[in-house]
Amino acid sequence: MSARFTFTRPARLAAIAPYLWMLLFFLVPFGFVLKISLSQTAIAQPPYVPVFDLTQGLSAINGLAELSLDNFRLLVSDNLYVLSYLRSLAVAAVSTSILLVIGYPLAYAMARLPRRWQALAMMLVIIPFWTSFLIRIYAWINILQHDGVLNKFLLVLHLVSAPVVWLSTDSAMYLGIVYSYLPFMILPLYASLAKMDPALLEAAEDLGASRTRAFWLVTFPLSLPGIAAGTLLCFIPIVGEFVIPDLLAGSNSLMIGQTLWLEFFTNKDWPVASAAAVALLLLLVVPLALYDRLQRRRLEQAR
Amino acid sequence: MKPRTVHALSRFNVVSLALGFAFLYVPIVILVIYSFNASRLVTVWGGWSLRWYGEFFHDRAMLEATLMSFRVAATSATIATLLGTLAAMALSRGGGFKGRTLFSGMLYSPLVMPEVITGLSLLLLFVAINAERGFWTVTIAHTTLTMCFVAVVVQSRLGSLDRSLEEAAMDLGCAPARAFAAVTLPLIAPAIAAGWMLAFTLSLDDLVIASFTTGPGSATLPIRIYSEVRLGVKPEINAICTVMIALIAVVIVIASLVSKLSSDRGENAAPL
Repeated sequence: MSARFTFTRPARLAAIAPYLWMLLFFLVPFGFVLKISLSQTAIAQPPYVPVFDLTQGLSAINGLAELSLDNFRLLVSDNLYVLSYLRSLAVAAVSTSILLVIGYPLAYAMARLPRRWQALAMMLVIIPFWTSFLIRIYAWINILQHDGVLNKFLLVLHLVSAPVVWLSTDSAMYLGIVYSYLPFMILPLYASLAKMDPALLEAAEDLGASRTRAFWLVTFPLSLPGIAAGTLLCFIPIVGEFVIPDLLAGSNSLMIGQTLWLEFFTNKDWPVASAAAVALLLLLVVPLALYDRLQRRRLEQAR
Repeated sequence: MKPRTVHALSRFNVVSLALGFAFLYVPIVILVIYSFNASRLVTVWGGWSLRWYGEFFHDRAMLEATLMSFRVAATSATIATLLGTLAAMALSRGGGFKGRTLFSGMLYSPLVMPEVITGLSLLLLFVAINAERGFWTVTIAHTTLTMCFVAVVVQSRLGSLDRSLEEAAMDLGCAPARAFAAVTLPLIAPAIAAGWMLAFTLSLDDLVIASFTTGPGSATLPIRIYSEVRLGVKPEINAICTVMIALIAVVIVIASLVSKLSSDRGENAAPL
């Protein structure tokens, strides 16, 4: 028995290449973000004063004295940043709630379709996820613009007397976010609802529970893991969203992803952009850790 | 006797399905229809025409960006598939090795990490090591993101495999490498293919990470489209988008055919 081959050792060796890759291109870059967030802005190329340089050896430690928390102080003291953080959280919370309200009935109906149709329905949900994000937002600009399809439709039906301004409003942004993230909400919900044993519902109804009551007592609690997964899968990326608010929302209040982009590309203030990234990451640590745990548990169950 | 209501679709279910799918598809259909509009004004219908497709195929900058996007997508998807499959093997067959928690954490975080953070951090790395920004920096950035998706797709397939097959091969004296090539690899091939296609389309789509990591003169297609869209709706963009949608539809059809051909049993791995 002891001489038997196993996959364990070679599988561990397989980890080496991806491990090194992720260390180098995922973890180490965060070190740079942290480092530059602590340095001063400079008008130079690249536009920051290096804080410490490992090539200087021990003398680099002296450089630590020049570390500054100025950028973080700026983040806290400047209303622009605090407001855009709060706005990001609010937008993500509202959108995730809308997604849940729209996604749940859809996922529920999908799970009750005949088996043959379920695969097709699932495919239909996934296809938009494969089409480009940018294209989907652009499709909505086509519809929502001043003389777009929606306004024409409303005018023809005499529901409005003059074209309504849809673009550059918060409603357009929410519409775009809900549209883009709907597949991310539906799939985990559907996965948990489809696994459910229909006999449980029959039992509840045989025991005299009304349909509504059976839903709240049986179906809903059993779908909670799906709700948690869908919520995290949508909430976390929406907080850092850039493209949708940039193209669909007005420019009077920004989300943190936009602020970061602006600092970086327009103001060329890399240290402040880095500090904003660090703060955004700290904001997301709790939901990220939750997501990580959930993901691991799911994969362990799959085994 | 109570009627069996559990399996039947209620009216509410049917309405949710109809509205839900209409919501998902109507905008794309409208976009495609307007790409065939002869009028320069996007909103005035001037009859059917292929005029804007002609404009696209004569727009050098757009064509170059398209070519760049396809080169990046093909290269990064290939590297990501290789690394992601190795990572999936390590996680599902490697047991509890040292540093496993960090490894899986690094693999799952990019799936939901806001793109602005990933893009910014990679750019700072490239600047620090003085890498010339262009094709390779975008490719590396996309590989980092998409290998995580490949790892998840392949890992879920590995998790649902019957391990006794590969164990039997090794009990019969197959070295692990041979057992992998003869037993495991053919079984996970559909997931690997799905992973490659997912990586390819994700790379083709990406705007934010590419904007951070690219250099002057090497814009990808989403970067070009984005700068045009900011200036307003142009019928040429509708045509480009329609071409992209058609391409992705072809990829999906191939993907579903591949997975249908190779997954004879009911358990087909979803592309997500």
